[in-house]
Amino acid sequence: MLNKTLLGWSFTFLIISFAFSGGRASQIPASQQPDQTQPAEVSLIIGDRIGTPPRFAVPDFLALSEDPETIAAARTMGEVLWNDLQFEREFYMIPRDTYASIPVANSITDVSFDLWRELGADGVVIGTVQRVGELVQVQVRLWNIRGQESVFGREYTGSANSTRLYAHTIADEIHQNQRALKGLAQTKLAFVSDRNGESIVGPVDDRILKEIYFSDYDGYNQQRVTVNRSLNITPAWSADRRAIAYTSYLRGYADILVSFIYEGRLATPAAGSPDNQNWLPSWSPDGSRLAFTSNRDGNPELYVMNADGTNVERLTDNPAIDTSPTWSPTGAQLAFTSDRSGRPQIYLVGVDGTGLRRVTFESYCDRPTWSPAPFNEIAYSSRTGPGHDIKIFELSTRDVRQITFGIGSNESPSYSPNGRHLAFTSNRSGKKQIYTIARDGRNLRRITRLGNNEMPSWSR
Amino acid sequence: MKSQLTWRILVGVLFVSLSVITACGGKEATVTPEPAPTPPASPIPPDQNTPSPPTVIADTVPSLPAPTPADSSLMGNDLNELNRSIPLAPIFFAYDSGEMTTEAQSRLANNAEVMRNNLTWIVTIEGHCDERGTTEYNLALSERRALAARDYLVALGIPVHRLRTVSYGEEFPFEPGNDEAAWAQNRRAHFVVTAQ
Repeated sequence: MLNKTLLGWSFTFLIISFAFSGGRASQIPASQQPDQTQPAEVSLIIGDRIGTPPRFAVPDFLALSEDPETIAAARTMGEVLWNDLQFEREFYMIPRDTYASIPVANSITDVSFDLWRELGADGVVIGTVQRVGELVQVQVRLWNIRGQESVFGREYTGSANSTRLYAHTIADEIHQNQRALKGLAQTKLAFVSDRNGESIVGPVDDRILKEIYFSDYDGYNQQRVTVNRSLNITPAWSADRRAIAYTSYLRGYADILVSFIYEGRLATPAAGSPDNQNWLPSWSPDGSRLAFTSNRDGNPELYVMNADGTNVERLTDNPAIDTSPTWSPTGAQLAFTSDRSGRPQIYLVGVDGTGLRRVTFESYCDRPTWSPAPFNEIAYSSRTGPGHDIKIFELSTRDVRQITFGIGSNESPSYSPNGRHLAFTSNRSGKKQIYTIARDGRNLRRITRLGNNEMPSWSR
Repeated sequence: MKSQLTWRILVGVLFVSLSVITACGGKEATVTPEPAPTPPASPIPPDQNTPSPPTVIADTVPSLPAPTPADSSLMGNDLNELNRSIPLAPIFFAYDSGEMTTEAQSRLANNAEVMRNNLTWIVTIEGHCDERGTTEYNLALSERRALAARDYLVALGIPVHRLRTVSYGEEFPFEPGNDEAAWAQNRRAHFVVTAQ
């Protein structure tokens, strides 16, 4: 009985697929092709792009070498790639345990199309991993199950230690290839952590140190950046991902440090002193300038300087607090926080100091973060009760939408480089931790677990 | 009927020949066939059996200094001992405020007196906040508190070069806790002797 139903379904499915492929197969003479404006790649895109998202499966990669490292790497790559593709929600990712028993393929080109079709998969990613001396070779194909054709293929070679990076690279390439989407799988999150539990003998009390860390976008590979045994906060990635600017109290006062993490070099572009303290650095989108808060003229004002510290320009002049700068995607404007109305609110100002405009009219708003293009919105932290929640101000419509409704406080939003996600701090679990969330408020993920972690910055 | 058709064909042929002659600028009327249309550029071959040279994957390894041993302190031990006896009383602030209360003013008057009796002291005024504001804004709010305390001491005759400020926001709470009793202890300015 069950068999019969199954047969019936597969038969229906076959007819449907036949109808589809038949429609595509009917050859139109080249001279009569109606629409030449369609990009050539369109035929290689799985799914109809109108209805439900195409269903993708990512089984374990095939280990072509027998050693345990390669076998483990093959499994990890499948898992990580599945997670990376799931993250953007462009495809319906079929849960991996439902096809754990399917013999995925005998080789990268010998795919069990019938079994995948029975599972309802539109696309299947088949990958292989092979040890070649000290290196590994990774091959990957994305198969269109109905058309029984490979629509995407890549080959990589490199270090055997970067297992997750192969999967992240493949995920970004598939998103680019199938959706023209800038993926995030190779991006990083910088944040502040007190996980080492190190304290310093303070003048009044012993004080917990905070250091800058960074990790992959999914929380893996967490690495410590600063080791100066001081208070280090508000990290900000440079545009080229090679440097992190942050506020450090290393010398007993607040100043901006820039760690060039691949060169082991440290810079102090704002050249602070006890009478010239600087904090909250924010890189311009092109990476050439830094906006920051400074008390050099007597109270917190906004300044902009070149990344090397030259050409400092004052942006605000008001007895109130002006702080928390963030750049517009073009670099022509900044949003910032000011309490000139009596309460902290978000304002906009041109990079030349003109065109001041108030944006929020709420009880307490701070830490604006301007989204990258194509979105034109500003995320910020807004008091919604005892704590704060993340809200988003849409600049064209002036609509405000709230995306967190957590217990506790949700603060310090930072946009992903494609604008589709945000990282933020929340103490909803008791301690402060980093979370990521999609800009529609869905897909909440916790990134950190050890100690308190806060103030995320999502790399470009 | 038949002759009419022939006639039409003839006219047609004549017309074509005429236009060809015109086109060729009076040269011999040979009808050259149009070149066959080149096929549109074929899409990327779907099955890339020979992929382009492999992309090299190598994790860039950050070059980070080794951690320092965990026994350093911000100042010398003598200064720490002095400060732990709290020679200069802290002052406390109302919520989201940098305004001086009368209690704070009298404490500052006492602190000014102590500083006049210890003329070599350099004092750093630390501004602090409770945890309820946002982390970033609190850095500026605590700055305002430290500056308010400094300005008051200067008004009492303490030379400005003996005073420094630093704003720690909500980073170093004095009293751990999430209630008003703790918060009231954390909205403060601390006075720290940083040179003797």
